[in-house]
Amino acid sequence: MSKAMDVTDASFEAEVLNSEKTILVDFWAEWCGPCRAVSPILDQIAAEHAENITIVKLNVDDNPQTAMKYQITSIPMMKVFKGGEVVKSILGAKPKGAIELELADFIN
Amino acid sequence: MRPLVAVQFQEISLRQVIIIGSGPAGYTAAIYAARANLAPLLIASSVEAGGELMKTTEVENFPGFPNGVMGPELMMNMQEQAEKFGTEIVLDDVVSVELLGDVKRVTLGNGEVHEALTVIYATGSAYRKLGVEGESRLSGYGVSWCATCDGFFFRQKTIAVVGGGDSAMEEATFLTKFADKVYVIHRSANLRASKIMQDRARANPKIEFLLHKTVTEVVGSDLVTGVVLQDTVDGSTSELELSGVFIAIGNDPRTHLVHGQVDLTAEGTIAVDGRSSRTSLPGVFAAGDVLDVTYRQAVTAAASGTVAALDVEHYLASLPAPSLAALSA
Repeated sequence: MSKAMDVTDASFEAEVLNSEKTILVDFWAEWCGPCRAVSPILDQIAAEHAENITIVKLNVDDNPQTAMKYQITSIPMMKVFKGGEVVKSILGAKPKGAIELELADFIN
Repeated sequence: MRPLVAVQFQEISLRQVIIIGSGPAGYTAAIYAARANLAPLLIASSVEAGGELMKTTEVENFPGFPNGVMGPELMMNMQEQAEKFGTEIVLDDVVSVELLGDVKRVTLGNGEVHEALTVIYATGSAYRKLGVEGESRLSGYGVSWCATCDGFFFRQKTIAVVGGGDSAMEEATFLTKFADKVYVIHRSANLRASKIMQDRARANPKIEFLLHKTVTEVVGSDLVTGVVLQDTVDGSTSELELSGVFIAIGNDPRTHLVHGQVDLTAEGTIAVDGRSSRTSLPGVFAAGDVLDVTYRQAVTAAASGTVAALDVEHYLASLPAPSLAALSA
């Protein structure tokens, strides 16, 4: 089970858009095998870079409004938010090193 | 479903066999090798462990499951069975292999180097791309290779599946759960798909076949809005409005790690000796889709994994005593 906090359609504005921090939102679903594969990797990255980035999860089944707003058509999709704006999108389950490389601007 | 758990790495100087790959070929090779007391190390990949079946739903043609079995569950079971007999599984990716010497070296993404007398290469195959304008740019924005992952996002939409094999039929049928309309686009009228899969797709009122057509472009700025089709008979082109396009035109063997080390066939698969798993290099064996572009079934891959494990066992038994002595050194 992932340690990341769940965000919802209701809490998205407060927890993500209005946050002072850099937030990575992991758009996922129960039925998505690659999402389950990438989840523990995101947990590791969250633990190792807790000062720089907060990782939260959004279940696209339960929260269709947010998924639709960000035009999610493929998961896992990871979007980095800063000051309410998407500053980076990472698509698909990738090895830890590859995700860290994509997040280099935010975790180093 | 039991989650994958990384096994603690133990320092062992030289192993008898390292298996690269965690599909039916890799896990079956591991089951046989482990039962033969070869203490296999299986490198499963960090995010693709379980292989292609992890992205499927119901598997109806694996013998022994009269009521079908979910692809991911089948793979979890294979993993459990391999572990039960002593296979050590590492959830990491192989970044390079050195296969030319008597001792084979396998380097992982985390920097670890593992050594063994033999390697079973069972890396499977990767989705083939159309190679057309817009495909890569819109990948994840309406272009997909995984219906079970992404179908959900196309509720009440019009979409297409490109391809004429079993996977294309399965995806098209699955996608009708979500989409209002699913086109199946294929370059000829001859579908490679098995009759049962074709019949199922043809009987589905939401599916329409567009035959003798190829996709020459995927259109859209931020999201897919359509595809450009070319008629393979008269050459005419037309545009089809779509919200999504699922590509299922086949797979290519994943051989990039061994290029320049083992011989490949003209088809790009790893060349093996007859019905064996023996590659052009002593001590290097191949199994599964990486040597088979024809059958590509879970059960043929599993059978191929068995062949590789038995060939490894035979090869190790034929080695002169000093090689084996190194194991206990």
